[in-house]
Amino acid sequence: MNIALLLEMAAEAAPERIGLVCDGKSWSYGRLLTAARGAAELIRQSGVHYVALLDESSEAAVIALFGAALAGIPYCPLNYRLADEDLSALLGRIAPALVIGDAGRVARVAGSQGHTALTREAFVEKANATPVPDDAEHDFGEGIAVQLFTSGTTAAPKAAILRHANLLGYILGTVEFASADEDAVALVVVPPYHIAGISALMSSIYSLRRIVMLPAFSPEGWLALVESQRVTNAFVVPTMLGRIIEAMEKGATANVSSLRAISYGGGKMPIEVIHKALERFAGTAFTNAYGLTETSSTVALLGPEDHREALASDDPKVRARLTSIGKPIPTVEVEIRGEDGRALPTGEHGEIYVRGEQVSGEYKEKSALDSDGWFPTRDAGYMDEHGYLFLSGRADDVIVRGGENMSPGEIEDVLLTHPAIADACACAVPSVEWGETVGVALVTREGHDLPQEAELCNLVRERLRSSRVPEKIIVVSELPYNEMGKLLRREVRKYFEG
Amino acid sequence: MKPGSKLKSQVCDTEVMVIRAGAGQIECGGAPMGDDKPAELGTPNPDHENGSLMGKRYVDTGGTFELLCVKAGKGSLSVDGVVLSVKDAKPLPASD
Repeated sequence: MNIALLLEMAAEAAPERIGLVCDGKSWSYGRLLTAARGAAELIRQSGVHYVALLDESSEAAVIALFGAALAGIPYCPLNYRLADEDLSALLGRIAPALVIGDAGRVARVAGSQGHTALTREAFVEKANATPVPDDAEHDFGEGIAVQLFTSGTTAAPKAAILRHANLLGYILGTVEFASADEDAVALVVVPPYHIAGISALMSSIYSLRRIVMLPAFSPEGWLALVESQRVTNAFVVPTMLGRIIEAMEKGATANVSSLRAISYGGGKMPIEVIHKALERFAGTAFTNAYGLTETSSTVALLGPEDHREALASDDPKVRARLTSIGKPIPTVEVEIRGEDGRALPTGEHGEIYVRGEQVSGEYKEKSALDSDGWFPTRDAGYMDEHGYLFLSGRADDVIVRGGENMSPGEIEDVLLTHPAIADACACAVPSVEWGETVGVALVTREGHDLPQEAELCNLVRERLRSSRVPEKIIVVSELPYNEMGKLLRREVRKYFEG
Repeated sequence: MKPGSKLKSQVCDTEVMVIRAGAGQIECGGAPMGDDKPAELGTPNPDHENGSLMGKRYVDTGGTFELLCVKAGKGSLSVDGVVLSVKDAKPLPASD
């Protein structure tokens, strides 16, 4: 099984149809496949061990992904925002590689590592110009299709491995071939080194939904592209959606009537943002997707119907579903397990485990799967009696106070109900008496003063219990997020040191 | 038959990729499928001429076999003479 099959089928069924628009250039499925076949030949001839992308989204990402697949060489898109030193270390782990993109930077930070570097333009040109023999043998697809370095906020980044079987399992299990309407257009704004950026390419191509790329996000650029390209589908991370709505509130206008569906994921969606989004995009269907790099993207979904139901309901439990990550998709099994590794009953907090064809759970160094194929996500959460999953943070972020486990998420959710609090992060603070206690970093809303400490403590005590009451409260101007909108809790923890 | 193997019909244009397979003969149009397309196509068995559809997954009742049709044709897909059925795919909202 080779993921190149997805592009081959698209090119077989609709060779002339435009599959990709980027920087004003259009690519048909047929031309993309021809370029990918040329790229495969180029990659084979260069004798490299990896194909890396050090670049923003462009046609080169599609050509490199499928070209590497056909050649049987792992594709490894890199985060171009990394500092030189970190980038050099990652490049060292994949040498010798064909690196596409910022060739000058490769020479500067990793000049002695034996890489072959090509600019985007040079790569695409060579891919198109490289003759492909008629009897070219393509890789069977038993190996690694994609290697992604995790963001590595705690230690050295881990090299997560996705095999052809994982990625194809995901696409074939969740996407119907050629199912998109002829006018369907997906706006892809997630960077190419993110799993959602890779799965977006594969699922759009297999469904024959045209991809429009926005290489660098800005709310205005996003809105303009939605209007000019008549975008029907878009995936955003919560930070992006927040910024789009903010821009619209400040007067940015665009005709967004073509938008049939917006999906979001990659971080926790603030309830306020999704409420506003549902109002602003009243005719658009919203889907919350939960997934990890190690699971080839989505494993659970909160669909459009769930969103509408939650918004319309008077039942607080149904309304709360807007903060849920939905139900596991049919091809994936989910279990919540306790510290002893045993499955917990409905409603109890524990660690989320997943299993399925798309779940790789594999790193270059070792596999994290247990003997029955279950992957510990390190995400903490629970499942309610209707099968909806709720996240409560990373398992590593759980605060253990005197042997009692508490999730930062529940404390934050309560604090965020206070009108003066705009953002909140709870984390473990070392304590002689308890081992750990609760510290919270707060951002106050514009025009509000920080409430009295006693008022906040009472709020937590009333809604939760006294053990959850924060011992330390600090105020910050903003909380640290990474570019994908993930809260960097470990950074916040440092605020309480010393 | 290894997952990922491609098979070609000997009586029509149908091509499949094996997703999973057990012991048994995979056929199209009533004739065993092969690695290569023959120079001249044979004639499909009239009882196995309901066609195959590109992008559909075909399964047996026991769940042993699953084939992805990568090229459509006139013949029906079967294993040891028993016709395979199209796997029901619940449509999911696009999530990425």
